[in-house]
Order: sequence, then C-alpha cells, then structure tokens
Amino acid sequence: MTASTDRLSRPLAPSDLRIAGSRRHRENFIRVAFLLAASLSVVISVAIVLTLVGNAAGFVLQVDLAALWTDGWFPRRAMYDIKTIVAGTMVISAIAMVVAAPLGIGAALYLSEYASTRSRKLLKPIIEILAAIPSVVLGFFALAWISPNLVQAIFGAPLFNMLAAGIAVGILITPLVASIAEDAMHAVPAYLREAAYGLGARRRTTSLRVVAPAAVSGIVAALLLGVSRAIGETMIVALVAGATGGSLFNINPLDQGQTMTAAMTALAIGSDRVRGAELTFESLYFVGFLLFVFTLGLNLLSDAFVRRVRRRY
Amino acid sequence: MSAARPALTGTDFVEQRLRGTGTTDWRSWLLEGALLLSLLIALGILIVLVGDTLIKALPIFSERPIEFLTSIVSARPERAGILQAIIGSLTITIIVAVLAIPIGIGAAIYLEEYARDTRMSRFIRTNIRNLAGVPAIVYGLLGLAVFATVLRLGNILLAGGLTLAVLVLPVVVITTSEALSAVPNAIREAAYGVGATRWETIRSHVLPYAAPGIFTGTILSLARAFGETAPLLLVGSIAGTFNFVGPPWEQAFEGYTTLPTMVYHWSGYPQDEFRALSAATIVVLLGVILLVNASAILLRNRYDRKW
Repeated sequence: MTASTDRLSRPLAPSDLRIAGSRRHRENFIRVAFLLAASLSVVISVAIVLTLVGNAAGFVLQVDLAALWTDGWFPRRAMYDIKTIVAGTMVISAIAMVVAAPLGIGAALYLSEYASTRSRKLLKPIIEILAAIPSVVLGFFALAWISPNLVQAIFGAPLFNMLAAGIAVGILITPLVASIAEDAMHAVPAYLREAAYGLGARRRTTSLRVVAPAAVSGIVAALLLGVSRAIGETMIVALVAGATGGSLFNINPLDQGQTMTAAMTALAIGSDRVRGAELTFESLYFVGFLLFVFTLGLNLLSDAFVRRVRRRY
Repeated sequence: MSAARPALTGTDFVEQRLRGTGTTDWRSWLLEGALLLSLLIALGILIVLVGDTLIKALPIFSERPIEFLTSIVSARPERAGILQAIIGSLTITIIVAVLAIPIGIGAAIYLEEYARDTRMSRFIRTNIRNLAGVPAIVYGLLGLAVFATVLRLGNILLAGGLTLAVLVLPVVVITTSEALSAVPNAIREAAYGVGATRWETIRSHVLPYAAPGIFTGTILSLARAFGETAPLLLVGSIAGTFNFVGPPWEQAFEGYTTLPTMVYHWSGYPQDEFRALSAATIVVLLGVILLVNASAILLRNRYDRKW
C-alpha cells in the first residue's frame, strides 16, 4: 500500500509502466508454449512427408518397374498396376460428384437465397447431421441398403459394385460441398442482390444470374474439395466396392473395382499384413504417397479459389 | 387472345407488371422446388439410413440388449458383444481430448493473438489448412510408421489414440481460430487499456467470449474421432476376436478395438446375424455422435452472438 502511494506522490516515469519481472516471465513462458503448440503442425507435416516419401522411394527403387503397369492390382503376386487403382478411384469419385454436386449446390442455394431465417434453423441441421455420420456407417448403409435396393434392383449388378460405393461417397461429401458453397454465396454482398431486385429481377433470376456467378469461385472450390475428400474416402469403398484381394483393371461402375484407399486397407489388415514379404507391405506407403499428392494438389487448387472469393469481396 | 383483353389504363398496367403477368411463374416454382428437393433428399437419406439400421438392429435389442453391451467380441454371433469396443472408443476419445484439445487451442491462440502477419505465421496457417485436408488413412500410415514402429508402441490403443489426436489437431486449431477471430478487437483494447498484458487479456477477455465457439468446435472434432475407422485399421485396431477386457488405463497399453472397427468387421460377413450385430453397434455409435452433435447445435444457437 505504501509503495503505491509512494509512486503517486511523484510524477509518473516510463519505468512505472513497465511490467514487473515475474509477470513478464510468465508472459514469455506462455507465449513460447503457444508457439511450440503452433509449430507442432509443421513437425507433423514433415513427419507425414518423410514417412511417405522415404518408404515410397524405397518401394520404387526396389520394385520391378514393369510391375507398376500390368493387368491389375495384386500386391501379393507382385502386380502393382497403378492405372487400376487410379481408375477405380476416378470412377467412384466421378459417381460421387454426380450425386454431391447437384445435392450440395442445390441445398446451398436454397439455404442461402430462399430459406427464411426460421426455416433455415430447421433445414440447416439436416446438412449438419448428415455431416456427422461416420463413413463406416455410410459404408454399412451402402452395403445393406443402397446396393441391394437401388443398384441390384435396377441394374442387376453384383452386391459389391463401384456404383453403390460412389453413391454413398456422394452422400458423404454432400454436406461438405453444401457448407463451403453456402459460405461462398453468403459472402456475396447484399448490394448485388438489391441491385438485381431493384431492376425488377425475380428471385430465380437473382439467384442464378447474380448470386451464383458471383460465388462461382467458391462453388468451384467446394467441388474441388469434394473430389479431394472422395478420393481419400476409405471405409465405404473398402466395404462396398469389392475387390478386397486385388482387382483387374476395371472401369465398369456396375462391377467390382479397386481404389487407392481400399487397396491400402486391404494391405493393412488381415492376412495381408505380412511384414516379411517386403515389397507387398511397402507398396502400402507408395499408394499412400500417390493419394497424398493427389489430395494435396486438389486442396491447394481449392484454396486458391477460396482466396479469390475473399479478395474480391 | 390479345384482342379479348380489356384495354389497360396506366395504373392497371403498372400494377399488372408489378404483380406479374397473372399466370403462374412455373419456372420459378420449379427451381425453388428443385432446390428444396435437394434438402429433402438429404433428409430422406437420413431417415432411411436411421430407420433401416434400427430395423436391422431390432433382433439384438429385443432379445439381449444388456448382454450385447456387456459381452466381449466372439466369433459366434449369438454371443458377441461390444464391451471392448465401448471401452476402446472411450479410451481413445479421452486420449484425443487430453492431447489434441490443449495443444490445438494453444496453437490457435498463438496464431490469432500473438503471431504477426509474417511469412512464418502464414506458412503455419497454410500448413494447418492442408493438414486438415489430408485423407484420414494417410494419418494411419503416419501412426503406423511413427507411433507403432519408430516409437515401438506396436499395436496398442495408445498408438491409435496418438494417431487420432494428430488427425483431429488441425480441425481443433481451425475451429478455435474461427471462434477467436470472431471476438471483436474492442474487447481486447478494453483490457489493454487498463494495463492487462497479452495473456491476461486473452484469459480474462478473449477466451470467455470465444468459449462457446471453441467448446462446440472441439466436441464436434471429438465426435469425429469417435467415428473414425480407417487410420485405426492401420495402427492395429483389431477387427476380430480377442479376450482382453480392462479399465481404460490398462486398455491403453493393450490390443484394442473400437465401435467403428466392429461395424466394419461385422459388415464383412454376409449372414443376417452379423448384419444385426453391425446395425446394433451403429445404433450405439450414432446415438453418441448424434447426441453430441445435437447438443453442439443447440449450444451454438443459444450462445450465438452477433457483434
């Protein structure tokens, strides 16, 4: 108490504003701790890249390169055909986008342009709850319901097929596409809409000719991120796309197919987890590396589109 | 047709143009209907998914609900249960919560409150966004190579927990960052104005206002970890039978399984008995996840604050 009255008795000097030593130490300690937490993400990235590049390089150096371009993906028979797993992934992602693009963008446009505040509160949770469904649950749904009741009933396909997997992956990424597209439409300034209404445009014209074009970068970003998520989706394809033991090159969606992710789970579990058979197991990292490169490329591209939206408005 | 129309006076004309031509605007209706339909399809999928699962799970829950929850995994479907999976999933979620939440919130506080806009902080930000986009199964490879092999943890639950903590971390950072950046600067300036240091400002002013957002984001990311399967398959989550049952602190160092792993495992069998086991496990899994999500949505609606 006396110290503070002492201080007040003389004019304030700059040194009085400096914080006390213990307070400064605590301050610095906390700052460094937070900095370390933030830097951990860099450590994780480096670990991921090193793991993938190191092991994938080991695989590529040892493998007979002709085995990377043959008739199919049969790692236990040393047939590591890249085009088989890439084609399977592409087929399933394409089907997924056919489902997710209209559903996701449609839902986003309705929520952003048509729904009143009240109906929005009721409708938005549909998308949020769909987003919360774990992929393994959708995989079960695809196997137990989509495949027998839709795909088999209509096309007479076998139980395990890429179409059912693609539809389920599409359902899985719909909420992602919807929420990013809606953010983009939300970012379109109100004055653009008001200008359209002022000219006598209907809501339909405003939505399709003003809001959608203005948000196009964000919509493209949403679709790209959707593709990236579809490529990386594992459990649905592992359960429904079939071909767990390997697959011949196939792009017919009504038949079994092998994706990069399903190839990885097949390698990692059960009898395929043979660490002694050197290259069979190492190919796991090689596929992981391919997957990482594909998704990273799509994510960076998507990020560039999102930044374009931010810059403009 | 046009000859039958009465002549319009000036006011009539304007009024008619403003009200539309009198005929229904079918195309607008069609568009609005189609857009609404996409939401209704999503709702329909949810209803069919939940309904179909409940019907398939009915035999289990009507015949032996308690035994199903308290029995261990068995190759014989009439005796199999999910006790180990429940313990495994809970233990993993606790490990993820203990590791990913404090580190993630700390990282977000650094990026939002401390870091200036330097090349370094921009790099960390981009890096975290990209980490959030890395497919889950790639984290499984990381866990397999680093936690299971280099750290020699092997196929124990701790390795799986660490892997999922790493997987969830970027999501926690991103949602926390959003919550922090939504707090207006005036709040911070008020604290600085009365002589608070940066940490005092964060603790007493920024965090309390950002807390609902941070809380919602983190429990949603925990729910995500709870339902994650693919990376755990690579770090030794057992999709099969084993005998160990123990409390979380012992389970952490043993072989393990989780609820989603069991869903995956039992879905692989074509017989109806195993389908029922799968469906019943999904009911438990989805029950927890939907409960967490619903409370998060309610919490957000309640504390949603417009500055």
